[in-house]
Amino acid sequence: MSEETLALEVRNIVKRFPGVLANDHVNFTLRKGEVHALLGENGAGKTTLMNIIYGLYHPDEGEIYINGQKVTIDSPHDAIRLGIGMVHQHFMLVPVFTVAENLILGAEPTKGWTLDLKAAREAVIRLSEQYGLEVDPDAVVEDLPVGVQQRVEILKALYRDAKVLVLDEPTAVLTPQEVEELFVIMRQLKERGVSIIFITHKLKEVLAIADRITVMRRGRVVGTTTPSEVTEQDLATMMVGREVVLQVDKAPAKPGDVVLSVQDLEVEDERGLIAVDGVSLEVREGEILGVAGVQGNGQTELVEAITGLREIRSGKVVLGGHEAPDRNPRYLIEHGMAHIPEDRQKHGLVLSYPIADNLVLCTYYKPPFAKGLQRNEEAIEENAKRLVKEYDVRTPSIFTPARSLSGGNQQKVIVAREFSRPVKLLVANQPTRGLDVGSIEYIHKRIVEMRDQGAAVLLVSAELDEILSLADRIAVMYRGKIVAVVDADKVTRAQLGLLMAGSPAEDVLDKEAVPA
Amino acid sequence: MAEQQNQQSQKGAVRRFLQSIAVPLGAVALALLIGAIIIELSGASAWEAYVALAKGAFGSAEGWRRTLEKTTPLIFSGLAVAFAFKAGLFNIGAQGQLLFGAITAAWVGFAVHGLPPGLHAALALIAGTIAGGLFGAIPGALKTYTGAHEVITTIMLNYIAMGFTDYLANGPLKDRSPGNIIARTPEILPSAKLPTWGWLPFGFILAVLAAVFAWWVLQRTTLGFEIRTVGQNPHAARYAGMKVARTVILTMVISAAFAGIGGAVETQGVVGRYEPGFNANLGFDGITVALLGKTNPFGVIPAAMLLGAMRAGSNVMQFDAHVAQEITDVVQALMLFFVAADQIVRWLLRIRAEEGEKITLSTGWGSQ
Ligand SMILES: Nc1ncnc2c1ncn2[C@@H]1O[C@H](COP(=O)(O)OP(=O)(O)OP(=O)(O)O)[C@@H](O)[C@H]1O
Ligand SMILES: [Mg+2]
Repeated sequence: MSEETLALEVRNIVKRFPGVLANDHVNFTLRKGEVHALLGENGAGKTTLMNIIYGLYHPDEGEIYINGQKVTIDSPHDAIRLGIGMVHQHFMLVPVFTVAENLILGAEPTKGWTLDLKAAREAVIRLSEQYGLEVDPDAVVEDLPVGVQQRVEILKALYRDAKVLVLDEPTAVLTPQEVEELFVIMRQLKERGVSIIFITHKLKEVLAIADRITVMRRGRVVGTTTPSEVTEQDLATMMVGREVVLQVDKAPAKPGDVVLSVQDLEVEDERGLIAVDGVSLEVREGEILGVAGVQGNGQTELVEAITGLREIRSGKVVLGGHEAPDRNPRYLIEHGMAHIPEDRQKHGLVLSYPIADNLVLCTYYKPPFAKGLQRNEEAIEENAKRLVKEYDVRTPSIFTPARSLSGGNQQKVIVAREFSRPVKLLVANQPTRGLDVGSIEYIHKRIVEMRDQGAAVLLVSAELDEILSLADRIAVMYRGKIVAVVDADKVTRAQLGLLMAGSPAEDVLDKEAVPA
Repeated sequence: MAEQQNQQSQKGAVRRFLQSIAVPLGAVALALLIGAIIIELSGASAWEAYVALAKGAFGSAEGWRRTLEKTTPLIFSGLAVAFAFKAGLFNIGAQGQLLFGAITAAWVGFAVHGLPPGLHAALALIAGTIAGGLFGAIPGALKTYTGAHEVITTIMLNYIAMGFTDYLANGPLKDRSPGNIIARTPEILPSAKLPTWGWLPFGFILAVLAAVFAWWVLQRTTLGFEIRTVGQNPHAARYAGMKVARTVILTMVISAAFAGIGGAVETQGVVGRYEPGFNANLGFDGITVALLGKTNPFGVIPAAMLLGAMRAGSNVMQFDAHVAQEITDVVQALMLFFVAADQIVRWLLRIRAEEGEKITLSTGWGSQ
């Protein structure tokens, strides 16, 4: 392997945060025109390593080589100049700008004193054609689906002439269809000599697209391999350091009384269009109802309406036989609802708060966390210590701000908080998004436990695997409607796929699968 | 090992503290430096001027008294701005709220007869506090029920407050004693006055207690947790079942109450009556104080003292060093400029902004 073939190499990178060794003498090479998957547990140090390559963090030790040349990268500016582009776990676009405006942001072409937007539009069109990335240059970013926004991020990197592209968990927010499209794009980029570092927690994806795979654990590189040498199970074991059960085993459900009943619900989205269109469903004690569907078919609005975060236009949400007197989430929480929100950074956490405060976000006003008007710091800390341990949140301290946790550990904080109250109804929207296989195993186990203790669970997930392995009954949502409700053991993956794509239930399902 | 970590986190805390005050200190230093250049250019000695300023402010018991007296209302208005800031609200209306507090305390001070001294003073203070607080409820309610941005509404309400208090001081509450031709209320009764013990005005003690109270509410109470959560992430606040609308209104009321009691203390402790010119800018200067104090209740105290000292020492500076008093206004304006444009200071001092540490002066329309 001559130096020439390496687009990027890092040697002995060390990065410490207060109380954490995030990168511990990391060595990593990226060949020209390869897709190199980076795998690892939550908090293993993947994003940190990428942020170092992109100039957002300074390594405490170690060297970076680009095309065999030693370089120092002090800022994203340097990184861009060196041909490195990055698409972050959380997008960095300006929502109210058009695609073309976003593209040139930070590197604006000018004509005299004015912006040359025409040149920008032309660049969008030229790049879209060149790489087969279809995007309308005049579309406003906030109106675009997530998958397309991501394409804009990639275009942005290409516009700056990136030869090395870092994709940090790009598929976490994509629909299966969008993932396929992304893979097509990645293959095209490869052909044009772009080298890609691809971070994901989904082992199937790794095996499908990667040329080489590097696994990290606790800040170190555990090893590098290729898809032909390993199975999903092998990768899982490498990541977590122990056997992981990828299959959930659960006893048949014993459904009891109806806990949540939704009747003829209609809900609008942000733009005032109908997003939930006459949905009725019931969830009983001791069962898991899975809502399957391609993202953007009204699941978000349905969950927000049920959990009191969104106005309902008409219809009813009944919890434990009573309709909530007002739409404030507090009533629902006090009556036994727990909610794992879809967007953890928007709803689930206050990023600037220490973990301890985030763990009492919904219960801070009640004993033992409140004593009269005052907070009871002791109880709050006690609670945090217990939950951090129980849920294996990887953090140097309970006072660490949620912002500095890795994505997966942020999710664990939310799950820990929501499971720490007595729960009658659990509404979980993408509960394992961004989690590593070990944590998924753990959270799945806890959800099933919760069910077995008599909770009703409404599980919304874009992951068919998750729905199939957890749900007792499955409701398929398509264009704001529930198009079918089936028993989980009477439906196949393929049938679900067809239903999610809009095929009529009568054509897809056998008569006896549809419960009366 | 645990001890080592403890030590490390202690060292971290010290470093974080130093970092957090680096920008305000840098801003003050830069402002003084530019002020010095201006003084030198005008032909006087900057060194002499600053020495005289310091002497005037801290060189004698009398200097200290004046400094603390000028500091007191600034602490209150600084707290008003800083407190609202924690809920993500930019209260520009401290001036108007302070005026309401001042005139209400004046009215209770001269119109209520026959109360024992302590009680009368307390009653006037409470009345001023409530008046200020209620006036602050208006922008809070406008924000929650109509979405009107508090920056706009509080600016407009300042004009209303100025107009209305002028009218009162010139009309129904005017001092009708023979010979008085200017707009002012009668002098308050001695029983409503706040004492000054030597160099220590009673109002200053109240101001420090108010800062402790503000800190306690924000950091130690469940209400403060709600206020901070609404400020940091209103979506998460709603998710957690907090009543965002109620919290916004309540925060504005408490914030405005700080301004209101500030006005009352000024009336009862210094001016002795309500007279429009005396309270000019005290509320607006609260913005500078709050920003210099990094919107921290305890940061507000030294920030207010700095401004107070410049006011108290400026005439000694004019007398001794022949430098116009107005130079202190210039320096103060520069301080505000540099804390607001903190990037300049950071660049000069080579400090990076910690994530989430930046102060956002105003969020856009409809950002809630
Ligand atoms: N800015 C920061 N300040 C303090 N600690 C940090 C910071 N960024 C990351 N860390 C810590 O460094 C470790 C590595 O985090 P990193 O984000 O790199 O993990 P990751 O491999 O990307 O995980 P995930 O798969 O969950 O996204 C974690 O323990 C995290 O808490
Ligand atoms: Mg990450």
